[in-house]
Amino acid sequence: MTETVADTAAGLPGYPSPRAAGCPFDPPPALRPPHADRPVSRVRLWDGTQPWLITRHADLRTLLNDPRVSADSTRDGYPHRSASMQGSDPATQTFLSMDDPEHARLRRMVTSPFAIRKMEALRPSIQKIVDDLIDAMLAGPRPVDLVEAFALPVPSLVICALLGVPYEKHDFFQRNTRVIVRRTSSPEEVAAANTALVDYMDDLLGDKLAHPADDLLSTLATERVATGEMTRREAARMGNLLLAAGHETTANMIALGTVALLRNPDQLARLRDTEDPKAVAGAVEELLRYLNITHSGRRRVALEDIEIGGETIRAGEGLIFANDIANRDPDAFPGPDRLDLSRDARRHVAFGYGVHQCLGQPLARVELQVVYSTLYRRIPTLALDTPFEQLEFKHDGLVYGVYKLPVTW
Amino acid sequence: MRVEVDQPKCVASGQCVLAAPDVFDQDDDGIVVTLNDRPDTGLHDDVREAAALCPAAVISLVEK
Ligand code: HEM
Ligand code: SF4
Repeated sequence: MTETVADTAAGLPGYPSPRAAGCPFDPPPALRPPHADRPVSRVRLWDGTQPWLITRHADLRTLLNDPRVSADSTRDGYPHRSASMQGSDPATQTFLSMDDPEHARLRRMVTSPFAIRKMEALRPSIQKIVDDLIDAMLAGPRPVDLVEAFALPVPSLVICALLGVPYEKHDFFQRNTRVIVRRTSSPEEVAAANTALVDYMDDLLGDKLAHPADDLLSTLATERVATGEMTRREAARMGNLLLAAGHETTANMIALGTVALLRNPDQLARLRDTEDPKAVAGAVEELLRYLNITHSGRRRVALEDIEIGGETIRAGEGLIFANDIANRDPDAFPGPDRLDLSRDARRHVAFGYGVHQCLGQPLARVELQVVYSTLYRRIPTLALDTPFEQLEFKHDGLVYGVYKLPVTW
Repeated sequence: MRVEVDQPKCVASGQCVLAAPDVFDQDDDGIVVTLNDRPDTGLHDDVREAAALCPAAVISLVEK
């Protein structure tokens, strides 16, 4: 190493860095080319460590699929998001932060229900959930918070049905998940929220063992726990990962996507006026690219020395893959800061890349296709009930979005 | 063109099925299977897109 921490720390941009005032949809300018002068350069984290930031679309795709890059958060050098993430008990890990072959073994236990064909079969029931929630909104008072009334209930109802979690528990799991994804939560708060969620899931798996139903948790209980392939605690953590990832992400896409579309009325009109499912599917990909709600980087650590972009990343050094910035790489997406629902955005990396690429993406796609093709059609006069400038964005969240979205019609 | 898939590496993302549904499908576990490993020329663009979208380098195309 030629550079020491003290030499370089002063000039390095902090990570995360703030977005520019008035540009809530664009990634932080300090981290983007041309402001970041080199495509692969270091950033400074909350704890003073200096992992590498990867921002080019091509580099991200190359390295996230490289076995020399590890997702194991218990390794030295892993760039933790916060003290609470760093302090979390290794025994609470899920396959999200494991490497193959262990990651593959566990992930394959739950791939079956997410196959494209099975997601397509769910489309009518998702459509009914969406229509019922819109009916209720139209019958109720105005203004309404779209997050509470619609964006959060849609994916929560869907994932509860798929897993076999009673929806009546939604206040409990939504509240605890919010504590976990908020960067400002203390380590104690995160640990308590995690324990509450896993304890609950553990009890639920006990019920499923005794009375199996046609849902994912029952399958885990009867085919994996009862056979001794995994402990009930492990299955509970896996169930929890699916429950959290299954509602918090899509909910933010629904609300933030609505804000972006209301700010781009020509694009909203295009989506509202099309009957073509392909155009709707394309619009969803573009919104995923443009909004990139998973804005806090895919975190990894190098297992060996790696040459990339003229730099050498040493074994044991941390890596952060900025998929939000890669999704605005002009080499991959011309005019990247423009929301253009007609572009082919399929190569976006909003779901990550490599073996950890989002397991729930087929579900998220169907949910978002149904939502975006229904909501603005059924409520064509949908409008913000607060000045855009006063919306509060989740700058401190693991997942980006808006806290509340007051709307009227 | 011949299409080869390395099933043990598949992570069941479903991207290939969306890009080229005439050529790729998934088995009961969500793992890729080919429906037709010598697709007609008219499908080649879709198949190339599927290979490019695959996050885990499962799909290889032998052009000939
Ligand atoms: C629009 C909505 C969603 C977005 C933007 C999103 C984004 C992501 C991203 C970026 C990753 C990669 C993490 C990494 O590489 O470090 C990921 C992984 C994951 N996602 Fe999603 N996700 C969404 C919806 C869902 C849904 C609905 C589920 C349903 C269960 C889900 C379950 C998962 C799981 C289990 C993983 C871990 C996969 C692994 O490590 O192998 N996600 N997601
Ligand atoms: S795109 Fe690749 S990883 Fe995804 S299902 Fe197809 S072969 Fe498997």
